[in-house]
Amino acid sequence: MEPFTIITGPAAPLLRRDIDTDVIIRIERLTQLPRRELGRYALEALRGLDFVLDRPPFRGAPILLAGANFGCGSSREGAVWALQETGLRSIIAPSFGDIFFANCFHNGMLPVVLPEAAVASLAAQAAHGAPVTVDLRQCRVIAPDGAAHPFAIDSLRRELLLEGVDELGLTLRRLAEIAAWQQADAVRRPWCAPNKQGHVR
Amino acid sequence: MPSTLFDRLWEAHVVAELGGGWALLHIDRHLLHDLSGSGGLATLAERGLPLNRPDLTFATADHAVSSAPGRTGETYDQGAPLYRVLREQSQKVGIPFFDIGQRGQGIVHVMAPELGITLPGTTLVCGDSHTCTHGGLGALAFGIGSSELVHVLATQTLRQKKPRQMRIVYEGALKPGVTAKDLALHVIGTLGAAAGTGHAIEHAGPGIAALPIEARLTLCNMSVELGSKIALCAPDQATVDYLRGKPFAPAGADFDAAIADWSELRTDDGARFDREALFNLGCVPPTITWGTSPEHAIAIDGTAPDPCAAPDAARREAWQAALDYMGLTPGQKLCGTPVDWVFIGSCANARLTDLRDAARVVRGRRVAAAVKAWVVPGSVEVKDAAEAEGLDEIFRAAGFEWREPGCSMCVAANGEVVPPGRRAVSTSNRNFVGRQGPGARTHLASPASAAAAAIAGAIADIREI
Ligand code: SF4
Repeated sequence: MEPFTIITGPAAPLLRRDIDTDVIIRIERLTQLPRRELGRYALEALRGLDFVLDRPPFRGAPILLAGANFGCGSSREGAVWALQETGLRSIIAPSFGDIFFANCFHNGMLPVVLPEAAVASLAAQAAHGAPVTVDLRQCRVIAPDGAAHPFAIDSLRRELLLEGVDELGLTLRRLAEIAAWQQADAVRRPWCAPNKQGHVR
Repeated sequence: MPSTLFDRLWEAHVVAELGGGWALLHIDRHLLHDLSGSGGLATLAERGLPLNRPDLTFATADHAVSSAPGRTGETYDQGAPLYRVLREQSQKVGIPFFDIGQRGQGIVHVMAPELGITLPGTTLVCGDSHTCTHGGLGALAFGIGSSELVHVLATQTLRQKKPRQMRIVYEGALKPGVTAKDLALHVIGTLGAAAGTGHAIEHAGPGIAALPIEARLTLCNMSVELGSKIALCAPDQATVDYLRGKPFAPAGADFDAAIADWSELRTDDGARFDREALFNLGCVPPTITWGTSPEHAIAIDGTAPDPCAAPDAARREAWQAALDYMGLTPGQKLCGTPVDWVFIGSCANARLTDLRDAARVVRGRRVAAAVKAWVVPGSVEVKDAAEAEGLDEIFRAAGFEWREPGCSMCVAANGEVVPPGRRAVSTSNRNFVGRQGPGARTHLASPASAAAAAIAGAIADIREI
């Protein structure tokens, strides 16, 4: 996974709230296209003549300024892939859908939670493409006028992202510990094993 | 310190504390479906990793298969490769694959509870956001993305941070004709689509204890539309009665041991929640959505709102866009609005009691001439039971299509779509832009309300039928 430390660039405003993962990428696109072709179809239901990610200076922008509850809905990780394929590395919003939020971290995408007013002020300043900086080392977003908006982020998630480490590799080192837990659990909860008679027909 | 139901479920599955509120949690059940499971198994094979616990993993095809009568797994050609990969990889790694036509095939969230794969006190995950459904039986269940899915296949665990906790307490009883679906929409409409974000929700109180299991599954299913990936109801005698004798549920002495363990699964008096809400079931009306978020829910005799009255600018924009998309004007009455499609199905509402609710409205009546109406049972089990009661005959005689189990028109990933600009009343759980097909206009409602709309040819108040 690509590490995330600091990025600077245009921040595209898309402040409508409750943009769900069905809108971010339609399910048929995910079943029909390889990942690298998803970018063109990101947010396609919202794409009109002057859709923000299609026009300069925001085409290929690394930062998205979004409304509350961004990425609610379906668990499809393809929503993160599609946004990533447009060039995005970080999304700043007042809140995120829980599963989308977790999916971002698994793909080196940084979701930043900032208050609604801060997102609105960034959007106003960045409206003509003035660069915004997202700094994960210092945990702050720097507005075009130099104002710093500190953000909170879980420390474990931050470390993994800074290093570009994926969780699976870490957990694979614990397989023996997991096996021991499973053995003890089989004694503790004998009822938990699926009924072997159950296999239907 | 008093514990919550969620605390107990969490603590019973901690393999290792990882610090900062994070834990490595054991996963007791993993459900795979064609859309996310196929890719997960393929990735596992590519990376040369073995499946950690084949005995805890179950697969079926639901999302991308056709629901047409006489279908095979490959009838929908674009879904066929996913179906084939899931079937072949399942055989290769030695997990049960509930194939088309077999008992067990169906929407993951319908088939697993009814087979007793889902049990109270277990952790259950699936690459699908409506996995919270299984919390209706007292399982700690949540949806995961594809990276997490591979993590579970390879390690039977997940790294999770303990979420905040929210409790919604219900008092009183639902009025006749009002269902768990109306209740869920009413709660989402009242609290908002992000009210549960970052929280595990416990649905509690005497109102829940009085709800049948299938109604609890519907309420927990819809909880992800509150923003929460986890929802729970404490197991009780109704849960035990529901599970007794199910094929994969424990039997004999194991079942007795399970009952003893499950009786501990409750929230202590005095336990603290980060957020609480209270609802009186007697005040819940038949409810329907007017817009493109499940929080756009109103009483069925209500009117589409005026964006000028929205509480903030972001909502004003969202309401206006939703009205435009839905082809509605501010103040328009929903009742009487003509509909083109009615879809009765999905993991929210395709269980036997849902089909009975709809059949009761439909019996002896005809679907309006301009309406196309489908019933898609949630699983082979539901379909067989409904046919044994003659429900299929009632629907067919009225002019409904009686179809094969799957997600069908809920997700439009299987070629089954509401055409652009057409208006549908659906018993599914999402009215998002394009969810039922590009340009499709979806109103979410209960099975009884959907049936009433099919008969009337327009959105109708079930209390007046
Ligand atoms: S029925 Fe709809 S909501 Fe349920 S699992 Fe299938 S696609 Fe998802």
